Amino acid sequence: MSGSAGSLLHLSLLELSEALAARHVSSHEVTEAALSRIAETDGRLGAFLKVTAERARAQAAAADERAARGRRLGPLDGVPLALKDLFLTRGIETTAGSRILEGFIPPYDATVVERLDAAGAVLLGKLNMDEFAMGSSTENSAFKPCRNPWDLSRTPGGSSGGSAAAVAARQAFGAFGTDTGGSIREPAAFCGVVGLKPTYGRVSRYGVVAFASSLDQVGPLARTVGDAAALLQITAGRDDRDMTSSPRPVEDYGAALEAGAAGLTVGVAREWLAAGVDPGVAQRVEEALATYARLGARIVDVALPHTRYGIAAYYLIAPAEASSNLARYDGVRFGLRAGAEGGLRAMYGETRRRGFGLEPKRRIMLGTYALSAGYYDAYYLRAQKVRTLLRRDFDRAFERCDVIAGPVSPTVAFRLGERVDDPLQMYLADVFTVTCNLAALPGLSLPCGLHPTEKLPVGLQLIGRPFDEATLFRAARALERELGPLPAPPEISA
Amino acid sequence: MTDGRSPEPAPAGARYEVVIGLEVHAQLLTQSKIFCACSTAFGAEPNAHTCPVCLGLPGVLPSLNRSVVAMAVRTGLALGCEVRRKSVFARKNYFYPDLPKGYQISQYELPICEGGKVPIEVGGEERTVRLVRIHMEEDAGKNLHGVSPDGSSGVDLNRAGVPLLEIVSEPDLFSVDEAVEYLKSLRAILMYLGVNDGNLEEGSFRCDANVSIRPRGATALGQRCEIKNMNSFRYLRQAVEFEVRRQVEVVEEGGQVRQETRLFDPARGETRTMRSKEDAPDYRYFPEPDLPPLIVDDALVEEARRQLPELPRARAARYQRELGLSGYDARLLTGERAVAEFFDAALAAYGAGPERAKKLANWMNGEVAKLANETGLSPREWRLTPVGLAALLVLVDSGKLGGPGAKQVLDVVFREGGDPKAVVEARGLAQVSDEAAIEAVVERVLAASQAEVEKHRSGKKDLTGFFVGKVMKELRGKGNPAIVNALLRKKLGG
Repeated sequence: MSGSAGSLLHLSLLELSEALAARHVSSHEVTEAALSRIAETDGRLGAFLKVTAERARAQAAAADERAARGRRLGPLDGVPLALKDLFLTRGIETTAGSRILEGFIPPYDATVVERLDAAGAVLLGKLNMDEFAMGSSTENSAFKPCRNPWDLSRTPGGSSGGSAAAVAARQAFGAFGTDTGGSIREPAAFCGVVGLKPTYGRVSRYGVVAFASSLDQVGPLARTVGDAAALLQITAGRDDRDMTSSPRPVEDYGAALEAGAAGLTVGVAREWLAAGVDPGVAQRVEEALATYARLGARIVDVALPHTRYGIAAYYLIAPAEASSNLARYDGVRFGLRAGAEGGLRAMYGETRRRGFGLEPKRRIMLGTYALSAGYYDAYYLRAQKVRTLLRRDFDRAFERCDVIAGPVSPTVAFRLGERVDDPLQMYLADVFTVTCNLAALPGLSLPCGLHPTEKLPVGLQLIGRPFDEATLFRAARALERELGPLPAPPEISA
Repeated sequence: MTDGRSPEPAPAGARYEVVIGLEVHAQLLTQSKIFCACSTAFGAEPNAHTCPVCLGLPGVLPSLNRSVVAMAVRTGLALGCEVRRKSVFARKNYFYPDLPKGYQISQYELPICEGGKVPIEVGGEERTVRLVRIHMEEDAGKNLHGVSPDGSSGVDLNRAGVPLLEIVSEPDLFSVDEAVEYLKSLRAILMYLGVNDGNLEEGSFRCDANVSIRPRGATALGQRCEIKNMNSFRYLRQAVEFEVRRQVEVVEEGGQVRQETRLFDPARGETRTMRSKEDAPDYRYFPEPDLPPLIVDDALVEEARRQLPELPRARAARYQRELGLSGYDARLLTGERAVAEFFDAALAAYGAGPERAKKLANWMNGEVAKLANETGLSPREWRLTPVGLAALLVLVDSGKLGGPGAKQVLDVVFREGGDPKAVVEARGLAQVSDEAAIEAVVERVLAASQAEVEKHRSGKKDLTGFFVGKVMKELRGKGNPAIVNALLRKKLGG
């Protein structure tokens, strides 16, 4: 990346926004820069499943016209962004990373897409992901692997791996992903960007291909905390088409962003820094805690005893809901149809056999079993009880602190192929993230330095009270300001 | 005298008691579907009333139609159910092409209404049938076979997402008559409530029957069979009668009734096995994560209470009390809300008073009911208006129209509409009350029937009726009967 076009891509989203507002730069210029960057790097990176260059150019031109007339729509007007391929985009193929939806052109836009559109954002394209958001490495993409910009032999995390990789590699100024058990936070940590899973119900799920409805949540990935806050600001809020979206008013996330760490109480769950966590990861997290203390925050220990059941509960509830959510891919109305000549049963069987990859099949099987008569009480219902207990743990902890800090993942980004044959090991990557989803709490992943020996980003996870994203942003910003930005990842040669 | 044989055993049927429980599916009269804004209108082109939500496209979410809840609560209040303040939607999972999402959104563990009862009257005796529950759910679409030239089948999803109430009775019905009475009573109530149109043919009021038999006097329930596909009272009767005969035969031959689902075949008047209990699908019910628990607050209940109309039994009692109608007349008039409303309107036009009410009731339950039956038209489709019927009665009362003429006029007005007075004039049906004219006819008749006049005068036989008939025939039925009688008495007696 070189020259002025290249240097544009090193701006943060908010810096770009200012430059656009001041008309120092046009959306056209920055969109072309991003498209070139994608063209140069994505052959190796694999972040995009589809680049929507034409639409991006048209949107950029419209944004520039608005800017010229002094009618900018707000901070996102003219800013090039990209979306995980789980968001339905009218007229643009949406695959959820699956063969079964290959060629599916949605007739409608997701609410998030509508809101971004209304805010003037430029859509660069649709991002790679684990099939149906099931995975922690994006290796379950039915189309191609995605790589980590820090080390192309490693995974960017998943399932929103394309989103994290694109933002880290300066292909886009921000992206949206979804997080069912860590799918925003883990890739954000692995790729060294900021990722937020908001409180369940903060952002509409309408038009987002469902994985596990009671856990799925839409959130931003960005280079800075402020950028993430700006992206959430535009997309958060009640949507009548999603009855699980909250009517609570959306706070002004920018207001307290710079309020600092002094006066905050940071809770630490010691069991999250014990066995199983890579010492280098633990070290960076401990240093972050020390920094908070230095900045005037109080550090207290909190107990989250039920988090140890989190993974077990998660891997019952998520597959159970998925088994039902994925029933609609039956070859009747859209997407792949196979085996129809053999009659209805054959069509169902062949369509789903050919259309789904290994991981969705595994989860459909697990979930179907967990919901079956005679097993429901022992599995699904019990897992739901764990959620209640977990939530109680957190409620108690939040009586004593404002945010809870810990690692996002026990390790840094692992190597491609390292865990594909060991689903259990893969599932354990989510051990610290699933609890947020189960308890419906907001969780933010913030880069807190490079691993001392592996030189890969380490993510600090901050968990907040329900709908208290503002405090998460404030705490994250305080540390970000103190630590300064990560160095840029190494250059990706074409 | 005996022939030495033992007495004929009681017929097998008489030794067993039939026990029936009914599950009614009543389509709610909402303008739009339960989870989207599509129309519920019947009879449109296939898939004209569909959208991404009711097509079950990826990413869609259900938004609950509040008027469905209002109607369910109204129904629950009318039937004396306990309306749950918190109820939960659940997914019923199964694969079928007419079920777009691969699951039906229904209610399972916590339905909106529990308990309640439906009044029935059998053999002049009133009693109540207890209800188990009422829940809300969405209808499925319809598979269309043999519609396309290549022989493939299609799916019409116009009905998918149309709101239904499922009303489940206890096994409280002990004869086919009771089952039919229950259905009629429930149907009338739902129509009164304005929540259902009672149309069996179009499938907006349908039922499944759970049928078992047990030896008379036994209290334990026998093994039951569920019978589906009965879309008329006649079919219900045929199906249950067949099923009882079948079960009695099985038991009489020393067999055991197997629990199974059976399909009624109207062409053969038989039920046959659809699936056995072992093949019963496991629906893997679980709470619908896309819909929060439904909270019914005081305001909603109060609003539903305000919308409760007077129900058939209360109305009948009022007719007896206030209008002095017989129980028989009152029940007939109130069986259908539209009929009762017609009666009320006609009475208002005709004028109050027990005598008039009685007269109007006679016409409604007599000639009008006969015409309604003949034509198969529902009150909404009659050309006859309440004001028209009142006008007709006024013509009769004033002597302008005789009984036979009135029937003729009613026939015309009922079928073709129009003002009775105009019909009378146009068709020359006015009653002849001109004494001189009638006297001339009487004299002519008597002169032509000398033999009969002799016989009558001799006292051998009272032939008044014979002469009245002759005179009326001459007058083409339009003679004022009072004048005809008086003149005949005068001439014959003289």
